[in-house]
Amino acid sequence: MPKRSDIQSVLVIGSGPIVIGQAAEFDYSGTQACRILRAEGLRVILVNSNPATIMTDPEIADATYVEPITPDFVEKIIAKERPDALLPTLGGQTALNTAISLHEAGTLEKYGVELIGANVEAINKGEDRDLFKGVVEAVRQKIGYGESARSVICHSMDDVIQGVETLGGYPVVVRPSFTMGGAGSGFAHDEEELRRIAGQGLTLSPTTEVLLEESILGWKEYELELMRDKNDNVVVVCSIENFDPMGVHTGDSITVAPAMTLTDREYQVLRDVGIAIIREVGVDTGGCNIQFAIDPVDGRVIVIEMNPRVSRSSALASKATGFPIAKIAAKLAVGYTLDEIPNDITRETPASFEPTLDYVVVKAPRFAFEKFPQADSTLTTTMKSVGEAMAIGRNFTEAFQKALRSLEKKGSQFTFVGEPGDKTQLLEEAVRPTDGRINTVMQAIRAGATQEEVFEYTKIDPWFVDQLFLIKEIADELAAADKLDPELLAEAKRHGFSDQQIGEIRGLREDVVREVRHALGIRPVYKTVDTCAAEFAAKTPYFYSSYDEENEVAPREKPAVIILGSGPNRIGQGIEFDYSCVHASFALSDAGYETVMVNCNPETVSTDYDTSDRLYFEPLTLEDVLEIVHAESLAGPIAGVIVQLGGQTPLGLAQALKDNGVPVVGTPPEAIHAAEDRGAFGQVLAEAGLPAPKHGTATTFVGAKAIADEIGYPVLVRPSYVLGGRGMEIVYDETRLESYIAESTEISPSRPVLVDRFLDDAIEIDVDALYDGHELYLGGVMEHIEEAGIHSGDSACALPPITLGGFDIKRLRASTEAIAKGVGVRGLINIQFAMAGDILYVLEANPRASRTVPFTSKATAVPLAKAAARISLGATVAELRAEGLLPAHGDGGELPLDAPISVKEAVMPWSRFRDIHGRGVDTVLGPEMRSTGEVMGIDSVFGTAYAKSQAGAYGPLPTKGRAFISVANRDKRSMIFPARELVAHGFELLATSGTAEVLKRNGLNATVVRKQSEGIGPNGEKTIVQLIHDGEVDLIVNTPYGTGGRLDGYEIRTAAVARSVPCLTTVQALAAAVQGIDALNHGDVGVRSLQEHAQHLTAARD
Amino acid sequence: MTTSTRGADKVPAVLVLEDGRIFRGRAYGSVGVTFGEAVFSTGMTGYQETLTDPSYHRQVVVMTAPHVGNTGVNDEDPESSRIWVAGYVVRDPARVPSNWRSRRSLDEELRNQGVVGISGIDTRALTRHLRERGAMRVGIFSGNALPDDGTMLAEVRQAPEMTGADLSAEVATKETYVVPAIGEKKYTVAAVDLGIKGMTPHRMAERGIEVHVLPATATVEDVYAVQPDGVFFSNGPGDPATADHPVAVMQAVLERGTPLFGICFGNQILGRALGFGTYKLKYGHRGINQPVQDRTTGKVEVTAHNHGFAVDAPLDKVSETPYGRAEVSHVCLNDQVVEGLQLLDRPAFSVQYHPEAAAGPHDAAYLFDRFTSLMDTVLMEGQRA
Repeated sequence: MPKRSDIQSVLVIGSGPIVIGQAAEFDYSGTQACRILRAEGLRVILVNSNPATIMTDPEIADATYVEPITPDFVEKIIAKERPDALLPTLGGQTALNTAISLHEAGTLEKYGVELIGANVEAINKGEDRDLFKGVVEAVRQKIGYGESARSVICHSMDDVIQGVETLGGYPVVVRPSFTMGGAGSGFAHDEEELRRIAGQGLTLSPTTEVLLEESILGWKEYELELMRDKNDNVVVVCSIENFDPMGVHTGDSITVAPAMTLTDREYQVLRDVGIAIIREVGVDTGGCNIQFAIDPVDGRVIVIEMNPRVSRSSALASKATGFPIAKIAAKLAVGYTLDEIPNDITRETPASFEPTLDYVVVKAPRFAFEKFPQADSTLTTTMKSVGEAMAIGRNFTEAFQKALRSLEKKGSQFTFVGEPGDKTQLLEEAVRPTDGRINTVMQAIRAGATQEEVFEYTKIDPWFVDQLFLIKEIADELAAADKLDPELLAEAKRHGFSDQQIGEIRGLREDVVREVRHALGIRPVYKTVDTCAAEFAAKTPYFYSSYDEENEVAPREKPAVIILGSGPNRIGQGIEFDYSCVHASFALSDAGYETVMVNCNPETVSTDYDTSDRLYFEPLTLEDVLEIVHAESLAGPIAGVIVQLGGQTPLGLAQALKDNGVPVVGTPPEAIHAAEDRGAFGQVLAEAGLPAPKHGTATTFVGAKAIADEIGYPVLVRPSYVLGGRGMEIVYDETRLESYIAESTEISPSRPVLVDRFLDDAIEIDVDALYDGHELYLGGVMEHIEEAGIHSGDSACALPPITLGGFDIKRLRASTEAIAKGVGVRGLINIQFAMAGDILYVLEANPRASRTVPFTSKATAVPLAKAAARISLGATVAELRAEGLLPAHGDGGELPLDAPISVKEAVMPWSRFRDIHGRGVDTVLGPEMRSTGEVMGIDSVFGTAYAKSQAGAYGPLPTKGRAFISVANRDKRSMIFPARELVAHGFELLATSGTAEVLKRNGLNATVVRKQSEGIGPNGEKTIVQLIHDGEVDLIVNTPYGTGGRLDGYEIRTAAVARSVPCLTTVQALAAAVQGIDALNHGDVGVRSLQEHAQHLTAARD
Repeated sequence: MTTSTRGADKVPAVLVLEDGRIFRGRAYGSVGVTFGEAVFSTGMTGYQETLTDPSYHRQVVVMTAPHVGNTGVNDEDPESSRIWVAGYVVRDPARVPSNWRSRRSLDEELRNQGVVGISGIDTRALTRHLRERGAMRVGIFSGNALPDDGTMLAEVRQAPEMTGADLSAEVATKETYVVPAIGEKKYTVAAVDLGIKGMTPHRMAERGIEVHVLPATATVEDVYAVQPDGVFFSNGPGDPATADHPVAVMQAVLERGTPLFGICFGNQILGRALGFGTYKLKYGHRGINQPVQDRTTGKVEVTAHNHGFAVDAPLDKVSETPYGRAEVSHVCLNDQVVEGLQLLDRPAFSVQYHPEAAAGPHDAAYLFDRFTSLMDTVLMEGQRA
């Protein structure tokens, strides 16, 4: 029974911006689905507000709408496109929730759109806690296994307090309904915690509902990924076991596939329960994920939850097994059955053949607590990690150690030198799950903890504990051995030790260990992920390394280009870099190269085995990359290795790769250094006659003060050699400068602090450009909405620039060309400028793909990353223009006047983090990047585009209601005009006394409200924070007061986050928002696909 | 829980295939020498069930899953009273078992039962070799003083082959025993033990069947002496081409029209009883993830397999046999191998795979219900007659 013939077009909803709990995995899933549906001859309509995704590339769908994923906008798209069906299961919780809203509003019925992939009843049964409990109970009646944790559903705080008694006391788990990534859930050990967590949970849940549950902390945790077709055939794709026991969100746990510590009987019980649940819920053309807890004492099985859709875990399971869940889900949704779908890897077995693994997969989470120093770093049932790395090995120790080094974070690898510390103290520390707990456990083992003790304190399964001991014993042997004999070295490699680790233990340099190892002929082999444990021959070269006997890399004829990916997502290095790598792969494949991708991030499109000719799922360390280059050099000719597109990770390897004789193509490592080194870059600027803000370096407060005194406050200070603005701060006075220097532990003579003049009120400009050695192609010029000083990744920007004229662009072009030439770029370069007064300052230059490449590419309909990859391998801008990859004439600096305006807005993870007292973290933007993702709003005028970007990022701007304004003194002057506009649009203004006074003097009436510090008034007048919590404020404008009234602002901003009220923290954002509100109030906001925009733009260019 | 020092037991071991390929690793389980047919099993769980499955008699089993022994050994999961595999090949044996039901480690169990194994070799390379070259004879030699490679190879080449091996009698019960029905007894079944797994009579007992397990040498008279409502032929080791005696017994059962069910070896015997041939697969099906389609319903079940031989019956048509029309009821979707047969005019059917599923998924458990309903039908017809 092949595909349904009654569906000709389908609308796919993406997952929107990258946020914690909903990341790049949905781009991977959605891209697969769109491609499959198109291959089936369906017209695919896509909506996703995230420009950094591959799925929003115009060639992936027939009509691509980069529009906000809100019921309103999706309805507009439906009305325009009239799809036959809507597939909501591939865009995470966002897509599912949007689809349910559209169903409930009657929109789907009105336009005759059928929901495919999952029906509403199944979605509700899977997602609604109460209904799901009923499902589990029904399953138990039928097959005798599986139960829910004892629990009560609560809709009010009174219910919650009573519920604890029903459950027999603390601790209890609080889980809000219908939130993604477990947002708002947590453990309550007493009433105070309960009131806080449940209070927040009730607010977060769209149905004001939380579930209170018995604690199963410390139990074993498992997940199954299942798929079911319309003929009721079911397969279990993968089992996953959590290394961290129950209590840590699975997204924040180290996880292992397949399950390691279940007998067949126990595994089959999970399988039976899983199958019975998918049937009972009624997912009949797609996949689901089911989580289980098992009591380690007696094996009691509790079903925790299910996701009736493609999830983060299913992306992981797809990469772990080679079974592409999203692709198959899309096929099932349009009517195929599992036995009709061939397995891509074996090509002879069908999708109904359950994958079996002859290797071990370990996933480790990547956190960003260093960006949120106030946030409580305890891991709970709310997901907090921002990315993950996956590694594959032929045993657990190999996979595990590879995963830890893939995290590419200082201290993520085990270390076996130095004093471990006090055993008891370490064990007690290890009780609290945190980022890096595993290293604490290893130190405890080194300090003499027994296996029993480790289990007692951490509840990590004894089998895993023994594996840690195994690693430690090998480290001991390495330390004790007279010399590195071949047998010992091979054994260490077989258990995942890196050359660097071995060197550290032996007191040798990493490269010396590598030389010894190579001399002894000890090198990894590459095995294939084949879904079937070698029962059938694999046709897809999806490799992982192992210190084993037989190599499976086949010879090839064509010259290969090895593309180094970006590793685990983190703040500052995310999906945007994967986008560029994937584009390079596509472009180079088209140009006749064999493409070889190296990456360790399971969420991405780059690690889809379909993306490149060969995929190496490997850590991006020098050692691992050198071994791959070696293996590929034996397989055939290598044209080059690309390090420019994956962000800092591969860029950091460039020089060392070159030193090892690897042909790094594109911008040479020396040029990369020239741009990063202050002195060398200063010279480039000086030679080109370009000004940079005054600056100096210091290692002491006295030195820093001298510089600051000379160049004047405010100054921008930061430690040298940092990424993503880490530790960067704008300092307004000497007092703060002194404390900053005192707090910065990283400052030393070899790592001085950089002090720059801070350009107050400057316009910041980002430029992406291509340079081939002769010709510059200006990709795009982005004008930031927020002033300079806010990290470019966190600031909104517009392309084409909205206030820069032709003369400015000319200057930018000339400066960009001078820098590109001076540095020696061959490919992409990103430069940040600041325009202060009439002077154009150069802030920094990055000779690599930037975060904005996908945005620029989409806004100008030109594939910059593809062009960059080609330039790396010798093509010129002129050739690419002739070929049609770049426009025949003109560039991103000369967009026609009627070109659409694109606005990029950053999305911040505030709601995810709490401090140790459970309060929200502050939301003020600064020079340190903290956003996790971005959205794009595109329309013909700025106001509408900005309004769309806000709707996509945070929810629609209000068009009427009450606006609260409270700004810092320096912002008061620039607030007047936008405030007047708000009044003109019918807003009632609220303000604290100081701001109200200024408004009044300017003829604007504002209702004075009480500050939080003033408390409730004599007649019960609420403070502003209470008003926000009570939903009586629709828009908040709150700019930070430097160091003065910070606390008050903090409470306002966190209240805004808790209530999801739009909160603008700069006056520039206010001005933009006013334009957006104006656009919304002036008639209908329409939708237009990227393809239509591109057509328009191309027509205008010609 | 004790911390064993890694490599304290570094006794060398060598695995020698009859085509001369050699893998060097470490001893696992007993130290000594063993021979058998090298086969690989792809299940990621269920090593205890695999080891104790009599169908693995005289086979050296290569586990494709790298970690084996993690859950130790318990007293509930064995499928028979002993380990049957002739040798065991694993990559990374567990040092510490972890499971609430575990009683001892697998290493200990293998040593207790004298099973020679090898660890630390590239099991994937070995599996790929067997996939490309087919199952073949193998020897494992462990100890501190091993003969040279040529001597070992010569010894392997002298070991008996699987083709032509008649092994049922070696593994089957010598005495008849009875597995009582669980709950109310509905039927009596005579089960001819050709190497039966413990879970099989249990699955029948769960359905109210009292199972009389008879030795492989049981005659037609022995079978009917228990006044069976149905007759069952079990799985078992060896080449079905040698199973003349069970074939003759089955033909007599077919003749009398008693409801009949066969599993694995029992399926091959039904094939032969109907006049089809059997043949040796290149490397067999051994795993718990094989997709089998029930051609009567179109549904796909994920099933447990352990067979090196298969029935050669036409997939595309109904065959005429001495017992009326017969058809292929189940087929493996990976390679179109016959996985089940059924008679259209008499109450008899069989499957090549393992619906009792130990280890393995329970998708095919319905076949035991199908057997029960065959007996229901015959019973009703008998009452009507």
